[in-house]
Amino acid sequence: MNIVDRRANPKGKSLSNRQRFLGRARAEVKSAVQEALRKRKVADVEHGEKVAIPTRGITEPIFHHNRRTGKTDLVVPGNKEYVRGDEIPRPTGGEGQGGREGSPDGGGEDAFEFTLTRDEFLDMFFEDLELPDLVKKTLKDTTAVDLQRAGYTVTGSPSNLSIPRTMRLSMARRISLKRPKLSDLEALREQLEEARANDDEAESERIARELERQERRSKIIPYIDPIDVRYRRFDRVPRPNTEAVMFCLMDVSGSMTEAMKDLAKRFFMLLHIFLTRRYRHVDVVFVRHTSTAEEVDEETFFYSRETGGTVVSTALEKMLEIARARYSTDRWNIYGAQASDGDNYGADSSRCVSLLGGEVLPLCQYFAYVEVGDNMGGSLTGLSRDSDLWRAYNEVAPAHPHFAMRRVGDPSQIFTVFHELFAKGGVRA
Amino acid sequence: MLNTSYSAAAQLRADMPLFTGPNWDYGSLRRVYEAIERIAFDELGLDIYPVQIEVITSEQMLDAYSSVGLPLMYHHWSFGKRFAYHETLYRKGLQGLAYEIVINSNPVICYIMEENSMTMQTLVLAHAAFGHNHFFKNNYLFRQWTDADGILDYLSFARDYVAKCEERYGLEAVERVLDAAHALKEHGVNRYAHRSRPNLAEETRRAEERRIHAETTYNDLWRTVPKLANDEDDLDDEEKLHEEMSRQLGLPEENLLYFIEKRAPRLEDWQRELIRIVRNISQYFYPQKQLQLMNEGCATFCHYEIMNRLHDRGLITEGSMLEFLHSHSSVIFQPGFDDPRFSGFNPYALGFAMMSDIRRICEKPTGEDRDFFPEIAGCGDPFGVLRDAWANYRDESFILQYLTPRVIRDFRLFHVADDSSKPSLRVEAIHDELGYRRIRSALSRQYDLSRREPDIQVVDVDLTGDRCLVLAHYVHDGVLLDEKTCRSVLRYTAYLWGYSVKLLEIEAATDNTLKTYEAEGK
Repeated sequence: MNIVDRRANPKGKSLSNRQRFLGRARAEVKSAVQEALRKRKVADVEHGEKVAIPTRGITEPIFHHNRRTGKTDLVVPGNKEYVRGDEIPRPTGGEGQGGREGSPDGGGEDAFEFTLTRDEFLDMFFEDLELPDLVKKTLKDTTAVDLQRAGYTVTGSPSNLSIPRTMRLSMARRISLKRPKLSDLEALREQLEEARANDDEAESERIARELERQERRSKIIPYIDPIDVRYRRFDRVPRPNTEAVMFCLMDVSGSMTEAMKDLAKRFFMLLHIFLTRRYRHVDVVFVRHTSTAEEVDEETFFYSRETGGTVVSTALEKMLEIARARYSTDRWNIYGAQASDGDNYGADSSRCVSLLGGEVLPLCQYFAYVEVGDNMGGSLTGLSRDSDLWRAYNEVAPAHPHFAMRRVGDPSQIFTVFHELFAKGGVRA
Repeated sequence: MLNTSYSAAAQLRADMPLFTGPNWDYGSLRRVYEAIERIAFDELGLDIYPVQIEVITSEQMLDAYSSVGLPLMYHHWSFGKRFAYHETLYRKGLQGLAYEIVINSNPVICYIMEENSMTMQTLVLAHAAFGHNHFFKNNYLFRQWTDADGILDYLSFARDYVAKCEERYGLEAVERVLDAAHALKEHGVNRYAHRSRPNLAEETRRAEERRIHAETTYNDLWRTVPKLANDEDDLDDEEKLHEEMSRQLGLPEENLLYFIEKRAPRLEDWQRELIRIVRNISQYFYPQKQLQLMNEGCATFCHYEIMNRLHDRGLITEGSMLEFLHSHSSVIFQPGFDDPRFSGFNPYALGFAMMSDIRRICEKPTGEDRDFFPEIAGCGDPFGVLRDAWANYRDESFILQYLTPRVIRDFRLFHVADDSSKPSLRVEAIHDELGYRRIRSALSRQYDLSRREPDIQVVDVDLTGDRCLVLAHYVHDGVLLDEKTCRSVLRYTAYLWGYSVKLLEIEAATDNTLKTYEAEGK
C-alpha cells in the first residue's frame, strides 16, 4: 500500500471546465446578472452573485423513456396498509412516486443555480464596455518601455544566466562525450585497491591504466563548458502610455433630493468600479459642488451629506483648475462625468456653456452628463420640460461628438444608461 | 518514507487500540491498513488489487465529483456544470461530500478526505480499499469489460488528444462533436462481447472439417429428394442487394456511436477519434451501472464485518465504534416510498441487507430459508457463498437469485402495476406467501439495464439514395420515448451523421410503427 498526499496539488483543476460552462451559458448568465443588478444596491455590486439560469442552453439530452406511457412495473419499499388488489389513485403532479428518479443527467430542474465569483460577475457585467478613445492621444508620445522575454542567447549579463538551460546543455554534452561520472571513478579506484590487496598484478595494471584514461578524460571534458552557457534574452517593447484621469462631478445641493443623490451616487459608484477594474492606471478625481466646489476623497464623495445652493460652473472651474495643475494634456487622457438634477443658479447656465464648450471639452477625451430626476425617465411630463442645464448643454452637444447626455429617473435605468455611455464603439448623443 | 515497524508493535500489543482520538496521521493509517489486511485476507478471504491511498482536500473531492469520479478527464463544459451544481449543494449544506472515491484501476486508487476523523478513515479503508477493491477485481462484468491496468493511461491520452484537437480545430468545433457524442453515450456501448473473428488459418481448418464431415456422412439418397423452391429465388435483385448491404454494414447495430464512428460519411478522422473516446469511457462505466447495488452492498458488508472484528479484538475504542455505527446507520437508511426523502432504492441499504441475510441463512437458517435456498441454507460457509455471488452475479441476477422473503418483509416491499391507460395504479403483490416470488422477479426487472434504457438500434441506411440513417426504438409494454429529449438527441445524431436521421418507434411484439421522428442533416 502506498499513501500519497495530494493536498498540495495545484488547485482549480476544474477551472477551465467552469470557464467553458460559463461561456456556454453566457447569454443566460448575462441576463441573470443584469436582472440581479437591477435588484440590488450598488454597494453590493462588488460581491459575487448567486445567479439562477434557465437550463435551456445547458441541457444534456439523452434518450429516455416517457414514464407516462405504457405499462410499467414498480417495486417500492415501505408498505404500510396496502394489500394485494388495492387500487391507488394515480399521484397528481405528473410523475408519480416511482417516477421521481429524475432525469439521468441530474438536470430536470427548471432553473440551475450556482454562485459566480466576484470577478466573474463583474467581467460579465462590464464585458462589452470600454472607456472611449483611451489610447488615441497618447500613442504619440510613447516613453515607457516593457521588457519581454524572448528566448535565450549566448551572451548576456551574469544576472540573466539561465541555470536550468545551461545545466541541461552541459548534461547533454557530458553524456554524449561520455565523461566519466564521479561514482565511476570511485568504483575504479576501489577495484584497483581490491586488486592490489589481492596481489593481482595484471588486473591492477589494467585497472590503473583504465583509471588513468578515465581521469584524463574527465579533465579534458569540463563539467560546464563556455559553450553550454545560456542567458535569458529580453526584448524591449514600447508600451503605449495609457495614463488617464477621470473627473467625477456631482451636484450635492439642497435641490437634489436624497433619491436623486442616490441615483447619482449609484452612477458614479458603477463608474468607479468599472474604471478601477478595467484600467490599472486611471486616476479618479472626485469633485462635489453646491454653490462652491471642492475636491473630496472617495469616501466623502459617496457617503457625506451636504446642503446649499447650486452653481454648476464652480465645479467645472474646479475641474479645470485641477487639470491644469496636475494633469497636463500631453501626458494624460482626461475624462469627465457630471451628474446633476439640472437645476442651476439663474445666469450661471450660460457661463457653464461657455466653460464647457470653450475650455473643458477641448481638454477632454470624453465628457458625459447624466441628469437625474424623480422618475422623470418614465413620465412624459418630466421629459417634456427640459431643465435649465439640459437646455444649455443641448446647445453645446451638436458641435462636440465626444460629449454625451443622458437622463436617469429610476435606479433600474442606471445600468442601461451606463451601458449606452460606455458601450464599445460608443453610442453618442 | 514511512517505516513499517508499526505492524510489529501493533502485533505485540493486540489488546491496545490502533488509535485513539479523532486525528489521523500516516502512522495510524498504515497500522489500521495492516490490521484490516489481516482480517480481510485470513478471515474473509478477500482478493484485491494493490492499493494506492491518496489524501485530498474537500475542494479536490468536488473536482473529482465533477469529472464523474475519474482522476483525470478531458475538458468539457458539462463537467463545469456538474461542479457548479455540486458546489452549490455543498455550500448550502444540502449535501455532504462522500468520504471517499475509489477508482477501478490497477492499483486501485482510493481517495480519502483530509477532513475525515481517524474512525472515518478506518471505515473508508475497509469500505473502499477492501470492499470495492475485491469486487472490482473479482466480478465477472468488470473482468470482462474493464481494463483496470489501462484506464488511467487511456484517460490521460484522451485528455491530451482532446486538448490537441481544441488547439488545432478550435474549442467550438470540438465541443460540438463532444456534445453530440455525449447525447448518445448510453448507446455507445457493446452489450455483448463480440465473438473474436477467426483468422484465415482457422477458417480453412474449419472449412476442411466441414468437408470431411460431409464426406463421411455422404448419402446418395439425399440427391433424389425433390428440392423445395429456393427461398432466395423469391427475392428480387434489389432486395438481395439491400440485404447484402445490411450484412456488410453489420446491421442491425445497437452501438450507435460505434456505427457512426465507423460509417458516418462526413466525419473527419479527429472527430471519429473523439467519438471513440466518448465511447470507450462510456464502455468503462457500463459494468458499473449494472453493479451499483452489489458493488455498494459488497463494500458496506465488508466494512461492517471488518469494523466489528476490529472492535471485538479491542483494536478500536468504544468511542470509535459508536462513531462508526452512527455513520453506518445513516448510510444504510432506506426511506419509505411516501417519505419526502425517498428517491428510489438506496443501494447501500438493499445490498447490505441482502448480503447480511445470505450470511444468516448460511449460519442460522429457518424452515422458510431451507425451502427457498436449499443449496446454501446452513452450509456454514457464508463468505464462500458471498464471494461466489460477488464474482458471478450482477444486480439483476443477484436479486432474482438471492432476494430473500425476510428482506422483502423487512423492507415491506410491494409491487405496483402502472398502466397509463387506467386511472389508478394497482397493487399486484405485497410481502406475503403469494407475493415473494412476484416481487423478486419484478424488482429484478427493475434493475435490468436493458429494460431501464431504451432499446435503440440502427436498422437501415439508405446509402444509394439520400443517405438517411434509420434508427428504431423497440417499444416494450407501450413505453414510448420522451418526445422533447428525443428530438434534441436526434438533432445531435443528425449533426454527427451529416445527413438526415429518422427514428421509428416500433412495437416489438407486433412490428407496428407507432411514431416517427425525423431530424434534418445540415
